[in-house]
Amino acid sequence: MTDDAPKVAASPSSMRLVLTLAIAGLISGIAIIGIYESTLPTITANKARELREAVFKVLPGVSQMQALVNRDGELVATEKPARDEPVIYGGYDEQRNFVGYAMPAAGPGFQDTIALLYGYRPGEKIVVGMEVLESRETPGLGDKIYKDAVFVGGFSALSVEPEIVAVKKGTKSQPNEIDAITGATISSKAVVRIINETHTQWSGQLPPPGSEPSLVRMESQDAEVGQ
Amino acid sequence: MKETESYEEFIKGVWRDNPVFVQVLGMCPMLAVTNSAVNAIAMGMATLFVLVGSSFLVSSFRNWIPKQVRISCFIIIIATFVTIADYTLLALVPKVHKELGAFIPLIVANCLILGRQEAFASRYPTRLAVMDALGMASGFMLALLSLGAVREILGDGALFGVKLFGENFEPWVIMILPPGGFLTLGVILLFFNWFKLKKDEFLQEVAEAERSES
Amino acid sequence: MDNLLWIFISALLVNNFVLTYFLGLCPFLGVSNSLETSARLGAATTFVMLVTAVCAWILNTYVLIHAPYLRLICFIVVIASTVQFIEMLIKKLSPALFRAMGIFLPLITTNCAILGLAIFATNRGYGFWEGIVYALGAGLGFTLALVLLAGLREESELSSIPKLIQGTAMNLIIAGILSMAFMGFAGLFSTT
Repeated sequence: MTDDAPKVAASPSSMRLVLTLAIAGLISGIAIIGIYESTLPTITANKARELREAVFKVLPGVSQMQALVNRDGELVATEKPARDEPVIYGGYDEQRNFVGYAMPAAGPGFQDTIALLYGYRPGEKIVVGMEVLESRETPGLGDKIYKDAVFVGGFSALSVEPEIVAVKKGTKSQPNEIDAITGATISSKAVVRIINETHTQWSGQLPPPGSEPSLVRMESQDAEVGQ
Repeated sequence: MKETESYEEFIKGVWRDNPVFVQVLGMCPMLAVTNSAVNAIAMGMATLFVLVGSSFLVSSFRNWIPKQVRISCFIIIIATFVTIADYTLLALVPKVHKELGAFIPLIVANCLILGRQEAFASRYPTRLAVMDALGMASGFMLALLSLGAVREILGDGALFGVKLFGENFEPWVIMILPPGGFLTLGVILLFFNWFKLKKDEFLQEVAEAERSES
Repeated sequence: MDNLLWIFISALLVNNFVLTYFLGLCPFLGVSNSLETSARLGAATTFVMLVTAVCAWILNTYVLIHAPYLRLICFIVVIASTVQFIEMLIKKLSPALFRAMGIFLPLITTNCAILGLAIFATNRGYGFWEGIVYALGAGLGFTLALVLLAGLREESELSSIPKLIQGTAMNLIIAGILSMAFMGFAGLFSTT
């Protein structure tokens, strides 16, 4: 307390105030850039690995992938999609044959936005897998959309044309029907609606089956992401 | 003498002036992330790091920082530590970072941290300031953990992800939802009120007994 | 349009800042003892949130795209200075308005709901209008929660409450019940 007194008496010049703030800002900037630069490789690798795992999960039989964007009405492969550009992922097997698309989709759920990824095979027009990436659905009820193996398994061969319909548990009879979760009807319907909407949105932009963009990928990338 | 003094500073934060239960500070992160014990610990560790780090710096430079710009300097220091904690958690434990989400940057707005800089670290020597910060952060952690544990046990029937009860336990889902946070903290504060009332009554009785004796 | 409405209702009711994200609890528990003060604080907060949304959008689009790591510091410094500047402006232009809500402005800047708004809006990648609507919903939601609690507290002022539960404990339990009531709004947009 005692060393406070002289400071109050001698009011420091504004030069000194600005200087103090500038030095504080400078040191803080250096510290932040340091930590950012040193953690960035790990963070990027983590994100890439997460994405790869999700894509491989929703598209069975896939071992390689690339990002695809719609540029001037044509679906092209890209390394770095621009900001805010809608991206889908193409999945390819060992022999670099096209298997299907992994489509990111999002929309309002019961509590908050649900973000998910689903695998789509354009040849048969079926969904072959679904993985919820982000949701805040009610624990114990709505969170069954990713915890309930039966519901998630229902997306392994689901026809999307005509659009998917959620039906009461145990009454599935058509290829485009899926059993809703008892106690989480709204969440299951939300998942179905999100997939339907995304499908309608993209179906016009996808090339006819058989002429999907082929895998362009440098060998070095696999090593990098594989770490 | 010195030893007892710094010990005093430490224990003060953990119990007598517990930041959450007694001073009711830092509630936002407190309630939002305590739906499981693991999240509570991660939040507690991040707060500990930020609080101790900024207390150390503020106290070391307390004679160089002009009074007029002290709050801005404190905020810059705190925000730097929070950013460091944010990126470190994102790199090391991405799963936990995803659960805590936006509440890590919000540590900056935790009034507890700025309050300690203003009230303690900027006036006392480094050693005491660090002890005070450690005490306050441990008290905060204690509060987070007790809340997180209660909510996870009742709401999920588990602690640290390990199921505690048999199959027949029906979890009180409400406890891990937002209302559960308010209710649990409310009930814990009731306990503290009760404790304080009892103590006051006891002191009164003692005083009366002394008066009648004399 | 649908999307904007969903953002608004979501911030106002379903994901109310106070009752489900626990943001802005300090004023929520501290100031909510009178209806009038609560309403004025709510209006001032809504205003600051709108300013914040604009600031955050400008920062995100022009500055942080090059330096994402400066996000936190930028938000704090820019929002605090902008609000201070506007406070001075209001004081000059309309003393009446300043008396009504100006005294709250510096208090609000340090409120975690403000920083929370900026961070949430960024994380969700909201554009300009989405950000504005989100801020409006969040601000009105904050006001709603504050006014509700203040009303309940004014009612309970005249009743005899056991000494044990007076104070913060009771307010938290009331907030818990309010929060439970707000859970009823969930699913508002998914039933269709």
